[in-house]
Amino acid sequence: MNWLDICALDEINALGSRIVSGPKGEIAIFRTSDDEVFALDDRCPHKGGPLSQGLIYGKRVACPLHNWQIDLASGEAQAPDIGCAHHHHARVENGRVMLALRDAG
Amino acid sequence: MKKLKLVMIGNGMAGVRTLEELLKLSTELYDITVFGAEPHTNYNRILLSPVLAGEQTFEEIVLNDLDWYLQNNIKLLLNRKVVQIDRVKRKVIAEDGTEAEYDRLLIATGSTPFILPIPGNTLQGVIGYRDIADTQAMIDTAKTHKHAVVIGGGLLGLEAANGLMLRGMHVTVVHIGEWLLERQLDKTSGQLLQTELESRGLVFRLCEQTQALHDAGNGRVGSVQFKNGDVIPADLVVMAAGIRPNTELAEKSGIPCNRGILVNDTMQTYDPRIYAIGECASHRGIAYGLVAPLFEQAKVCANHLAQLGFATYKGSVTSTKLKVTGIDLFSAGDFMGGEGTETITLSDPIGGVYKKLVIKDDILVGACLYGDTADGGWYFRQIRENHGIGEIRDHLMFGENALGDVGHQGQDKAMSMADSAEVCGCNGVCKGTIVKAIQEQGLFSVDEVKKHTKAASSCGSCAGLVEQILINTVGGAADVKPKSEKAICGCSDLNHGQIRQAIRDQHLLTIADTMSYLNWRTPNGCATCRPALNYYLISTWPGEAKDDPQSRLINERAHANIQKDGTYSVVPRMWGGVTNPSELRRIADVADKYNVPMVKVTGGQRIDLLGIKKQDLPGVWKDLDMPSGHAYGKSIRTVKTCVGSEFCRFGTQNSTQLGIELEHDLFNMWSPHKVKLAVSGCPRNCSEAGIKDVGIIGVDSGWEMYIGGNGGIKTEVAEFFVKLKTAEEVREYNGAFLQLYREEAFYLERTVHYMQRVGMDHIKKAVLEDPARRQALNERLQFSLSFEQDPWKERLEQPLLKKEFDTIAVKQLEVLV
Repeated sequence: MNWLDICALDEINALGSRIVSGPKGEIAIFRTSDDEVFALDDRCPHKGGPLSQGLIYGKRVACPLHNWQIDLASGEAQAPDIGCAHHHHARVENGRVMLALRDAG
Repeated sequence: MKKLKLVMIGNGMAGVRTLEELLKLSTELYDITVFGAEPHTNYNRILLSPVLAGEQTFEEIVLNDLDWYLQNNIKLLLNRKVVQIDRVKRKVIAEDGTEAEYDRLLIATGSTPFILPIPGNTLQGVIGYRDIADTQAMIDTAKTHKHAVVIGGGLLGLEAANGLMLRGMHVTVVHIGEWLLERQLDKTSGQLLQTELESRGLVFRLCEQTQALHDAGNGRVGSVQFKNGDVIPADLVVMAAGIRPNTELAEKSGIPCNRGILVNDTMQTYDPRIYAIGECASHRGIAYGLVAPLFEQAKVCANHLAQLGFATYKGSVTSTKLKVTGIDLFSAGDFMGGEGTETITLSDPIGGVYKKLVIKDDILVGACLYGDTADGGWYFRQIRENHGIGEIRDHLMFGENALGDVGHQGQDKAMSMADSAEVCGCNGVCKGTIVKAIQEQGLFSVDEVKKHTKAASSCGSCAGLVEQILINTVGGAADVKPKSEKAICGCSDLNHGQIRQAIRDQHLLTIADTMSYLNWRTPNGCATCRPALNYYLISTWPGEAKDDPQSRLINERAHANIQKDGTYSVVPRMWGGVTNPSELRRIADVADKYNVPMVKVTGGQRIDLLGIKKQDLPGVWKDLDMPSGHAYGKSIRTVKTCVGSEFCRFGTQNSTQLGIELEHDLFNMWSPHKVKLAVSGCPRNCSEAGIKDVGIIGVDSGWEMYIGGNGGIKTEVAEFFVKLKTAEEVREYNGAFLQLYREEAFYLERTVHYMQRVGMDHIKKAVLEDPARRQALNERLQFSLSFEQDPWKERLEQPLLKKEFDTIAVKQLEVLV
């Protein structure tokens, strides 16, 4: 896996997010309250809403457009909605946020 | 820690609901064992009637399948009737010898049909109406036999009779009372119902008592004999003359019973390790036979079992609904009336509509509706809310009329809608889809329907229709509680009022402290509760509680409105809708500089720049050099004005000036929901003040103030509040009213809904009658606003906050991929 150094963890608010411009569109990086980080393509599977702008709680984000609840780790929408946002690998290492892109396959 | 052993006797709706509530609170506390006397998993008993009527199948009414028990590690012992509770050794023993030890025992044995003590009551073909076996027996008998007699003209009896008739039997209903459903209807509506059912083919014998059941000669019932000597043929006799709490086991075990197992407000029996819940329990002298109260008990019982112990059960007001397709009746509370009550009645026997409202001391205490039950849920809420109805008495009979005006072809009666008719115009959900979800998923509240079907989950204008469909489908089991009694969201069992109270009483200052003090179930809430908590904190403790941007939805975080493509719209403030050439030039320049794809005039008399990229927002704000219009917030939006006496030949007052002043007074005000004002300079009311949260209308002698109007989802006309002489007074009364709203309304409650909940009297008392209180309210508003500043300016002056707006460019990405 090709880990890329993105930014310091401090540069993302707890329960906040930042956008990384990736080669195939924007990627949202989320920070949870217990300082885990997750990365999803910044497009809701519903109508393409920017997930980075959603409200983050637990390990989920609520899409800002129509309130779909998306699991941060898998990108799966919570029932009754059906859909999945593409996820990437993300982790924190020595206070730095690291990202490894995952192919859409 | 070793788990405690929880044993439940009875596998019905009340008991299993308790387990569900318990599992929401804790999955670690108990090893759970369930004994069920029936061979089935938990099913929706109240839908047995639609099954009998052939409208649903047994499979469709299962609420929890075997998988559910497995997934939750519940040991399920079906077909095992418990016959003994050994309280000394703390174990239960079933008929087949199976034993289970308990630390906590939950008795949920339900009720048994009352079988009349008359000769012949043990003959074949004589049954009660209680479970799947009874229902199956009726379905089978209808295939081979002709004559059925149903004893009892209550809900259950009529539903049984209707089902048997639909299955081809000739059905006679025998009823001891003077009219049908005397516990749900008064005499007039009972007779309307009887006429309708007779026209469908049912035969009634009222004021009649059954004396004996006679053998047909083969051990099966053949005829029914009445007290007056009449004999009618009967191949099937259904006893539906009432139910008796099933207390046999409890009594045998020495647990005090009196028409039910006696329980306290935490659903414990005299043996504190043993709880009883549902139809078998007697709480404050009442054993409930309807589902809604049982669910309320389940919540309390689970709370206590989970060792939280703050919930108590105080009894329920109940409502009922007959589940016979095409017959619409609803009753709630004390609908018979009596000493000290007044009634308002509407009676149209030809049209088949009858409504009766019972009022006591200016409070609605009961309602009985026949033929048109569209407002049943609303009346039920009025009864539960206990607010004075003095102000709305003259139109109380005409109901809430609160269904949306738009989006469903003007329909306001769910009953008459076809299954294919669209109920939710936002998400395209049809009536049939909703009914199906309610039945198959076992839904009991509008919130559950929202979650499963998406209906009413966007603008909410069809929530009233959805509620009607729910009531029509599950009857009195529908959970149509007012918002004041509902839990804020799935993260907590507390309602908005309780949460606000705790924040005030305990001086809670952060979301984390609030959640921890109130035992939130989730680590950091959800998108429903966090914005609400944030508002309650900053509005209760201005200057002390710190605003939490991460708990605001994106519009309030970005101070702009997100659009479908992820761009934003920017609306600068134009005080009172007045602008000037220099502002207009700047707006034009910004539109050019940032390639703004659309410039649009809003309904609130200002200009909207649409299609702005998030990273451009700070630049746009800087170049505009105008204050934020808060078009994105649960906050003061605009004060719309007409031209007024400065220019208009009809104007009696300077409405523009007052509008500007009011808008300055309220600048930066956060509120439970958006707040819109309008000021008109004469009664022609060109600023449409009648549909604003606060509408001011100038007249020659001063100003009239109206409150609680709404022009959106559902048009609500503002109500007259007070007549004032000077513009100064208007500002004072306006500030006091809005501060009261800020302090008392629930999050996302518009002024109109707040007003309907607390009553106009309450608001008048606080704002009009007491000058000291009015002044105090204004001072608190001023104090609160003193900590706020223009969010656009704040963002520009504190560049640290800007970071969120910047995209991280990772150049290496392009190289690597």
